[in-house]
Amino acid sequence: MKSTSHAFKQQATIALHDERLQRALGKAKGGFINKRQAAIDALPVFGDLRKRAKEIKNHTLEHLDFYLERFEQQVEKNGGQVHWAEKPEDARQAIIDICRSVDAKKVTKGKSMVSEEIALNQALEEVDVEVVETDLGEYIIQLAKEPPSHIIAPAVHKTREEISDLFHDKHGTPRLEEVPELVNEARQMLREQFISADVGITGANFLIAETGSTIIVTNEGNGDLTASLPKVHIVITSIEKIVPTLEDVTTLIRLLGRSATGQEITSYTSFFTGKKRDTDIDGPEQFHVVLLDNGRSEMLGNEFREMLRCIRCGACMNHCPVYGSVGGHAYGWVYPGPMGSVLTPLMTSLEESSHLPNASTFCGRCAEVCPMSIPLPDLLRQHRIREYDQGLQAPRAKWALKLWAFIAKRPRLYHFIVSKKIRVLSWLGKKSGRFSYMPFATGWTKSRDLPAPQGETFLSAWKKQQGDV
Amino acid sequence: MINKSKNPPYVGLFITCLVDSFRPNIGFATVKLLEQAGCKLGVPEQQTCCGQPAFNSGDLEDSRALARQTIDAFAEFDYVVAPSGSCASMMKKHYVELFEEDTKWKQKAEQFSAKCFELVSFLTDVLGVEDLAADFNHSVTYHDSCSGLRELGVQEQPRQLLSKIQGLTLKEMKEPYVCCGFGGTFCVKFPDISTRMVSDKVENIQQSQAEILLAGDLGCLMNMAGRLKRLDSPVKVYHVAEVLAGMAENTPAIGEGEKE
Repeated sequence: MKSTSHAFKQQATIALHDERLQRALGKAKGGFINKRQAAIDALPVFGDLRKRAKEIKNHTLEHLDFYLERFEQQVEKNGGQVHWAEKPEDARQAIIDICRSVDAKKVTKGKSMVSEEIALNQALEEVDVEVVETDLGEYIIQLAKEPPSHIIAPAVHKTREEISDLFHDKHGTPRLEEVPELVNEARQMLREQFISADVGITGANFLIAETGSTIIVTNEGNGDLTASLPKVHIVITSIEKIVPTLEDVTTLIRLLGRSATGQEITSYTSFFTGKKRDTDIDGPEQFHVVLLDNGRSEMLGNEFREMLRCIRCGACMNHCPVYGSVGGHAYGWVYPGPMGSVLTPLMTSLEESSHLPNASTFCGRCAEVCPMSIPLPDLLRQHRIREYDQGLQAPRAKWALKLWAFIAKRPRLYHFIVSKKIRVLSWLGKKSGRFSYMPFATGWTKSRDLPAPQGETFLSAWKKQQGDV
Repeated sequence: MINKSKNPPYVGLFITCLVDSFRPNIGFATVKLLEQAGCKLGVPEQQTCCGQPAFNSGDLEDSRALARQTIDAFAEFDYVVAPSGSCASMMKKHYVELFEEDTKWKQKAEQFSAKCFELVSFLTDVLGVEDLAADFNHSVTYHDSCSGLRELGVQEQPRQLLSKIQGLTLKEMKEPYVCCGFGGTFCVKFPDISTRMVSDKVENIQQSQAEILLAGDLGCLMNMAGRLKRLDSPVKVYHVAEVLAGMAENTPAIGEGEKE
């Protein structure tokens, strides 16, 4: 998808004034947060699991090449094939080639953020392959022709009323009000598609090196139907999803459901290990895994390495006050919220998306809830360091910072200037104690008063007081 | 905890640039609290700002220069105490990161880090203060500022001390731990998002029905006070130190002038 991250500010302002969006966000937020908390409270070893999970991922990243090769060997042993894709276009081409080789007309898809990352649907449609999203949220936004606004709840920005209207409009059926009715209608529509699809494409939450398995966790069962009904199953995923063993993956799964939706475990946890065996009654005749890099191996060697531990649970965005205010679309690319503000500059460009790492108060709630202990604010700051070093900041901000630093590094000058300025400000604001307008600070005074200084600076008052003693 | 009877701890007050310029009363309240607790106090004039604005803007060179300036300014003290979780956290947690490749300064930063504290947690955790001779006949609600809460673990300490203030009732707001939207330069760079966040915060403050809002960081306090004032809210805003020191009652609240 084409990035609009450069317009984050404008998009955020629009989102803040979108009443429907605000209603949807308000509803979703409390649910995610409370459910996660309850699930964690019910599992006293959560903290230990978190430590273990970090160790598992750090170990895997340390030996990433080894485990990826092992995974490839195992996939091949199970009759499957691994396709290495350095760039999004390589991944798209690999998938198009597979589809062409079986003359595919229709593809069903399970939810996959990596497929969004490589803009797969558009690429398939361009070569006349029909794409049907089968995850309910993805299905909804596909009908609405919108990108996902959340990594685990892609249609979280939509209210039930909007979905009622959408189904009525696109399905040409009577308008339904209740959620179970809407779900049922989508299910009816999708059944046909599952059966008639030539290729099924899913993502993967994890890859297991020892067995060559790919794993997805879902709540709708659509992933299983997508993977097992068509003749060809393609898994589109990225290299950092790998873990060494089945045992390792169980640790991560225990964290994932709880952190994401507050579930002990999702309704379905599906393991796909190779193509249909001779003794199997059904299953795909071909099994392909497309492994995308797209900057990840570079992250392995730079200051963003810890981001590769991310298991895409969405807890960071669920707890982010900025995401909670503007929703996912404002971020302008595939991954929103704190994890997205780390990834987007690495996967698009920092120049394009430099607002994102800055749109954080560094409140630290994301890092606090991250099951993989990723220091998200520190990583956002790393982007700001790059931005500063590459001179990408707005000229006004840059010069203001330079001037301030010049003064702050000279204590005598600093105290002289500050005490003079403060005297004037305090004299001006003495009566009311605040300013309702301040030039150069209109962003503040548009919605807030600016408290006036009390008068003298502390240091000069203290000096006088000490002199009196 | 330290033994104060023999040698009073020599504490350097890091005043913070905001308190220095906007609200010296917080500085004097801090002095009073530390002296009451038996500290000998000094306020070095070589201090300016901890460097956090530069650090969070990605300007490491100026951050290092300000860190070195601050570390040197406080070399003679046993402790460095700031009436701010944000500045204290910058000095305690982040100075060390700045000198990863400079052995000499890394060591100095580590020593400095060990003696840096946020005011309220210093009173309780280091000095063992359990009681305070102040009264305040109002209901208050307490906002947990982010850096103090998540980087330094300041949460129970202010509540524990507030519970000892005669006449004071604590009315907790909903989600006191959610950011107020200040975020340093964030509120200037993203005023609309910041406004939404502070509006949500102010709603929770008002719903608590407390008369007074307290917190431990002046940046957050100015942000919340500014929004409360714009909405003509009767809630008055003070730094927690002003109440703990008994220095709130006769001082106009943050954002209030002489006429009120």
